[in-house]
Amino acid sequence: MKVSSLSFSKWLDQRLNHGDRVWNVLMLTLSLVVPVLIILIGWQLWIDSSGAREKFGWAFLLPTADAAWNPVFGKFQAWPFIYGTLITSAVAIIIAVPVSLGIAIFLAELCPAWLREPLSWMLELLAAIPSVVYGLWGIFVFLPFVVKPFGDFLTALLGPIPVLGLFFEGPLPASGASRLAASMILAIMIIPTIAAVTRDVFLAIPQAQREASFAIGSTQWEMIWQVLIPYGLSGILGAVILGLGRALGETMAVTMVIGNSIAGSVSLLSPGYTMSSIIANEFAEAVDQLHSESLIEVGLILFVLTLLLNSLARFLVWQVARRGTEQDARS
Amino acid sequence: MTTVITPYIQNRSRFTARRITNAIMLTLTGAVTLLALLPLFWIIGYVIFKGGQYINLDFITQMPKPLGVQGGGVLHAMQGTLILTMLSAIIAIPPSIIIAFYAAFRPNTLLGIVLRFSTDVLSGVPSIVIGLVGYALIVKPQGHYSGLAGSFAIAVMMLPIIIRTTEEMLKLVPNNLREGSLALGAAEWKTSLSVILPAAANGVITGIMLGIARVSGETAPLIFTTLGNERYNIGQIVQGGDSFFQTLYNIVEQPMDSLPLTLWKYAQQPFPERVNQSWAVALVLMLFVLAINIVVRLWIRSRGTHLKG
Repeated sequence: MKVSSLSFSKWLDQRLNHGDRVWNVLMLTLSLVVPVLIILIGWQLWIDSSGAREKFGWAFLLPTADAAWNPVFGKFQAWPFIYGTLITSAVAIIIAVPVSLGIAIFLAELCPAWLREPLSWMLELLAAIPSVVYGLWGIFVFLPFVVKPFGDFLTALLGPIPVLGLFFEGPLPASGASRLAASMILAIMIIPTIAAVTRDVFLAIPQAQREASFAIGSTQWEMIWQVLIPYGLSGILGAVILGLGRALGETMAVTMVIGNSIAGSVSLLSPGYTMSSIIANEFAEAVDQLHSESLIEVGLILFVLTLLLNSLARFLVWQVARRGTEQDARS
Repeated sequence: MTTVITPYIQNRSRFTARRITNAIMLTLTGAVTLLALLPLFWIIGYVIFKGGQYINLDFITQMPKPLGVQGGGVLHAMQGTLILTMLSAIIAIPPSIIIAFYAAFRPNTLLGIVLRFSTDVLSGVPSIVIGLVGYALIVKPQGHYSGLAGSFAIAVMMLPIIIRTTEEMLKLVPNNLREGSLALGAAEWKTSLSVILPAAANGVITGIMLGIARVSGETAPLIFTTLGNERYNIGQIVQGGDSFFQTLYNIVEQPMDSLPLTLWKYAQQPFPERVNQSWAVALVLMLFVLAINIVVRLWIRSRGTHLKG
């Protein structure tokens, strides 16, 4: 009896390649979980929004001047939220990109070695602060002391200009809660992401590129501007898109400072909604089937948008990494 | 000789201009770095200043008082955060580590490429969308909000963070360690789990800690999954006298609060004592997150110098 069980365990051991077959199957199955999760998220949003998709069609997301979002009459159009998300993210990117580029240049090229680590570390801490804490600080400190004066200044400066003025039409609400406030908070939140990835892109650029530029007489800035930035451009673009993806999906801080109103105005200085903030605000209270399906469709649009952007960003960053290793291998 | 010097003299003013541009732009990069770090100190300083005024022992040991009544604490939310974090870590950590082995050691198979790509994509999915799906997949079929549903939503957010960092750490383990183990006849799973994983353990734990710090501040995926529950009290559940497993089930299977969720709700209320309490919640939450970050960094640093020496 004992002998046969021993030989059985030996047979089993060999059959399973000493357990490696089990290990392989385990790794394979679990690894499938990640792509399956993404498909599952997309699929669930797709079927759960079917009613709203059938009823409203493309009109749900196309730009309209007088979009309706009315749970009482069952009319839903998502354009104000799409617009809110796009404009706040765009402005956040416009603020964040030059700053992040400056930080990345400073960290990778200029600052002394002993300072690099603490600075990178503080940048990571900035990214680690929870979104709700940003929101709380935003409501009680950032809005009254920074956004309000800055917004009033912008209205006075740019308001009278013909077309551009539409985006800076005042007055800013007394609390400061507006799309501008959301954009500025978003900028602070995505700067660490963009700066860190861009710094890594700079650090990955071969030293020979810098030496060649100095050898033909560039100043350090000319070397950075004419050699490093063009060389790392696709990586930097990837970093920016990564930041954009984060800005599109950011929920809590934006919900707390954007003022949450469905305004007809296109102005940056008026309160608004973003796709994520309308979901956060209304989904828990949506009793009507069509209302919650419309909110899920908003989620679907958000998901597809971030999916596309992240894929693009990853593709660009990977390309830079691959080119970097090829160059190193050649030199 | 003159042919070399003359253009230099002619271009001297242009050269000066180039040098000035250089100086201005390089100074600007330093200036924006300071500007970007300003909010960090502003936020931390202000939260400590405001939160410090309203935090006390009652605040972390008592349940909330009714609206408009002074005092009371956020014990329910601290318990909730603890349970949610632990539960999501238990759900996310074991599969993430095994997935990381696949990503690190089979990177160029078709599934390896798909896996690494989809890990990146998953880390970019907005947390509010994960909350929506958690609602649809767990809350709706069960018919009630629960801490378990929230833990699953948070675990999905932890997954890519832990996979990514673990993968990087596994790749750093010297290959001859792995080869040595395989040459001695150890099976691959044995090599992976008892040679490579211990060698990378410090980095893996770091990644896990950072992942926990990151998700413990998440609010959006919890709004429609754990909902919030001002009466959540583990002490009472345990005193209920059910059997061990029934008690565990009761702890995870009901709506609960968490610190970020409480902060969000309190900050929007018109009652000043609730708003004051939200600053104290922010302080507790921020200290928790920053403490994990700082400890982990210092630890990496001390280990880094140790390895070099």
